Amino acid sequence: MSLITTISNALRGGKPNRLRKSQDNSYEVASQWRLMWWKFKKHKVALASAIILLFFYIVAAFCEFLSPNLPEARFTEYKNSPPQKIHFIDPQTGFQFRPFVYGMSAKVDEKTFRRTFAPDPEKKYEIQFFVKGESYKMWGLIPMNVHLFGLKNPKDPLILMGTDKLGHDLFSRIIYGGRISLSFGLVGIVLTLVLGLVLGGISGYLGGVADTIIQRIIDLLICIPTIPLWMALTAALPKGWSAEQTYFGLIIIFSIIGWTGLARVVRGKILTLREEDFTMAARLAGASGFRIIRKHLLPSFASYIIVNVTLSIPGTILGETALSFIGVGLQAPVVSWGVLLQDAQNLETLAYYPWLLWPTAFIILTVLMFNFLGDGLRDAADPYK
Amino acid sequence: MLNYISYRVLQLIPLLFAISIIVFVIIQLPPGDFLSQYIAQLKNSGTAVSESTIASLQMQYGLDKSMYMQYFIWIKNIIIHGDFGRSFQYNQPVADVIGPRLSLTLIISLISLIFVWAVAIPIGIYSATHQYSIMDYVFTFIGFIGLAMPGFLIALVLIYFIFAQTGVAITGLFSPEFVDAPWSMAKVMNMLPRIILPVIVIGMSGTASLIRVTRGMLLDELSKQYVITARAKGVAENRLLFKYPVRMAINPLISTIGWTLPALISGEAIVAIVLNLQTTGPMLLKALMFQDMYLCGSFLLILSVLTVLGTLLSDILLAWVDPRIRFGGATE
Amino acid sequence: MSEEDEIILAMKDVKVHFHLDEGVLKAVDGIDLWIKRGKTLGIVGESGCGKSVTSQALLRIVPKPGEVMGEIKLYRKGKDGDEGIDLIKLDPRGKEIRDIRGGEIAMIFQEPMKAFSPVHTIGNQIIEAILLHATDDKEEAYRLGVDILKKVGMSNPEQRMDEYPHQLSGGMRQRAMIAMALSCNPSILIADEPTTALDVTVQAQVLQLINDLKAKNDTSVIFITHDLGVIAEMSDDVAVMYLGKVVEYTDVDTLFHGPKHPYTQALLNSIPAIGREMKRLESIEGTVPFPMNLPKGCGFYSRCKHAMEGACNSADIPLIEVAKGHFVRCLLVESEQGTTEVKV
Repeated sequence: MSLITTISNALRGGKPNRLRKSQDNSYEVASQWRLMWWKFKKHKVALASAIILLFFYIVAAFCEFLSPNLPEARFTEYKNSPPQKIHFIDPQTGFQFRPFVYGMSAKVDEKTFRRTFAPDPEKKYEIQFFVKGESYKMWGLIPMNVHLFGLKNPKDPLILMGTDKLGHDLFSRIIYGGRISLSFGLVGIVLTLVLGLVLGGISGYLGGVADTIIQRIIDLLICIPTIPLWMALTAALPKGWSAEQTYFGLIIIFSIIGWTGLARVVRGKILTLREEDFTMAARLAGASGFRIIRKHLLPSFASYIIVNVTLSIPGTILGETALSFIGVGLQAPVVSWGVLLQDAQNLETLAYYPWLLWPTAFIILTVLMFNFLGDGLRDAADPYK
Repeated sequence: MLNYISYRVLQLIPLLFAISIIVFVIIQLPPGDFLSQYIAQLKNSGTAVSESTIASLQMQYGLDKSMYMQYFIWIKNIIIHGDFGRSFQYNQPVADVIGPRLSLTLIISLISLIFVWAVAIPIGIYSATHQYSIMDYVFTFIGFIGLAMPGFLIALVLIYFIFAQTGVAITGLFSPEFVDAPWSMAKVMNMLPRIILPVIVIGMSGTASLIRVTRGMLLDELSKQYVITARAKGVAENRLLFKYPVRMAINPLISTIGWTLPALISGEAIVAIVLNLQTTGPMLLKALMFQDMYLCGSFLLILSVLTVLGTLLSDILLAWVDPRIRFGGATE
Repeated sequence: MSEEDEIILAMKDVKVHFHLDEGVLKAVDGIDLWIKRGKTLGIVGESGCGKSVTSQALLRIVPKPGEVMGEIKLYRKGKDGDEGIDLIKLDPRGKEIRDIRGGEIAMIFQEPMKAFSPVHTIGNQIIEAILLHATDDKEEAYRLGVDILKKVGMSNPEQRMDEYPHQLSGGMRQRAMIAMALSCNPSILIADEPTTALDVTVQAQVLQLINDLKAKNDTSVIFITHDLGVIAEMSDDVAVMYLGKVVEYTDVDTLFHGPKHPYTQALLNSIPAIGREMKRLESIEGTVPFPMNLPKGCGFYSRCKHAMEGACNSADIPLIEVAKGHFVRCLLVESEQGTTEVKV
């Protein structure tokens, strides 16, 4: 067996490195990343996931411009309306390049007294691109009123994913919600990463009492069931806080509970690396502790950190979603995917207005994409597989 | 072995102490103490509160004392009298309110744990022994999806699809007539079919990750030298598989209980809210909404202690099956 | 080979190929060897030359995706007659080969710690082998287990039976390993670097033990090592392997005193010897090429001092019998002596 291992190692990792030695002497780092990239490229699913995620984040970044309606705009005639279909063929005039939607007319069901909607061919609304619509402030700074697409009259309904009970356009709200939910994953991981790196680093590099204390804290945090703890802590956030304060409050709570996994990885990796021959060689060559960390340890486990971070982002996104969903996290009027799902809590609304489940599709897609990406990165980062 | 167990039990004491402090802090977090809220609550409902009632409650929970005295009174009440405080929302001792909920949570979590093991281990063994076969890829893929999909969203989507397809509402653990009924055979029979879906949803991600772990462990073990030794002795493949690598892979798997169990209990909380199960999750949420802090603090405390005990049990189990831990000398 | 030697195992053009994504890896590429009763065949070579895979091929325990080809004839006393049984034709998971493993051909490994299951007692693992091949009676199996532990020089054999591998010292573990291998009286014992992981003093004891047991039971031994010193001490015949091929095969005296192949010569020159003239120790330039998509010709071509371009690297080199029982795979020898080709 050892032969096979040797062979496959030789085949995969041990090829002589023919990369040019650059002047800043950091060629060994560059080659590591390049090797990772080569391997990652072969992982088609991960590559596709990365592209989809990038697209999601771009949409979230430009949500004001990309959404046809404002998140708080209400179509009072269209409460709980099903999604409109986009048409290209008009029964009267035939095919046209410009897509259009039909307005809806409401009818009240005689038995259940519920309003049901049916497309009304009389009301035809053509979709315009780069249309002047409701004004907004891009990133809360630049006043603008151009939307990528929309209807000539912003008061006319363009509801591609239906509306909620107040007549909000779900499609626009999902785009806006993406900004909160997706950014929460990234911002949340930054603090978690800092805590995990620092505490895991101290624990692994210093050892001794510091290590013991940090390890005991990790044991402690692992023992308390995460979701109930999240619930208890978020419920304790002051009710009077603004949306931003709650957002960061949540992030702090998540990081304080969530750093343990990363710290373990960092500690474990440092402990192994500390014993590696190349670390000893560097020390014998007289390199300082800081230099060893920077030149040898960091490059060695940067890839592991990236993989772990990628794999823990979806957890953070899900945490926010879950808490907002059950009503202890972010609250309306803030729009996040979890807040949007609050409307989908009971069976009756689900049964009659299934389009309220649309946010789940985006959450699940995002989470899956992150997992695929992380998996691809892990394969690429592991020189022995 | 006894030494090992008592050592591990002793180790738990500081851990339990730290947990109790965290829980106490959480109880104290919301502004205003429990008593003033209780009084406000009573006044809202139009009940007159006598001075003497207030005084006796203050005495009982030491609310006039300093913070750390309050902690000691709180923890003393729990340890000596089993008194977890009072839920003003239900106007009953917390212990009475929590009992039935907690037992349901435990039942569901344990069944989920059994489900996870019963499904994941055979699949993991199959995947490892049939590495790169079509079924291996299928299981790996399913496992991957199961790992990535959040339980409460799956529950939400399932509720909708099952209702849309069959018109059956799958929420709740009992039919309406059994919800408040005392435990009986009929109630258990009523619960059994309804518990299947929650168990699957709660156990899904645990199953997925255990399949991964089992497969990985076993693949590791299968290429180890002692397997080759046994094969070179002439042991038949199946016998060999179960006597050596599976037996070896069981040890790390037992240690996974340490994190599977908290994950199950934790995941159960939110799935239970979505599926409207009469377990701790929904009650904890309600208690948090009403800032019924003794109630939620107690939930947190008990769930954590149960987790700790579960981990302890898995450690003892591990020591029991692994001679290297039992005899203390673990040099390889 | 003298006539009175009774051959009990003959390997003919044995190949072990691994079909990997990257191509076919020829770990063992056509070797012919004979094992004689009561004699020791040493197989020597650098790591990766295919010596361990050869021993795995004998037991048909080559790991996936390895494929074994050729012919391995085993001649069991009073069972297979003159025809022998071809191990390669057997189903690697079948009953027949399982009876041979451990029963007829037993193996001891390099690292006794890893070779024992850490969660089963020594006794459990030895008795398992005995129950498979020697007896069905559990009590008798236990007695045989204790006996064999006593034979390999273990103190307190009864107590050892109940101990776990991690409770024994390295030398003890290797003794237990040998005991397990010999517990069913195999006619062939394969020792795959059995002393590499041991201290030098313990090494000597273990080697002594193997030699004693071999003499006592008339067992044949295949001794695999990279250590020429050990080879000199243990072997009757020696096969030198390079890149999956036997490059020189002869008795131990001829090998040490009249090596013909440049690789063997280089190997011998690279060991320090007491009494030799003080000079720099010679080493073999370069590294073993990777055994995949190899160019034609001699495997040692890239490192050989006497390599002849156009000759050594143009066609595969045959194994030539240069003297009785002395086989060499080298063009130099051929041109020197002009002997006839024996086999490919």
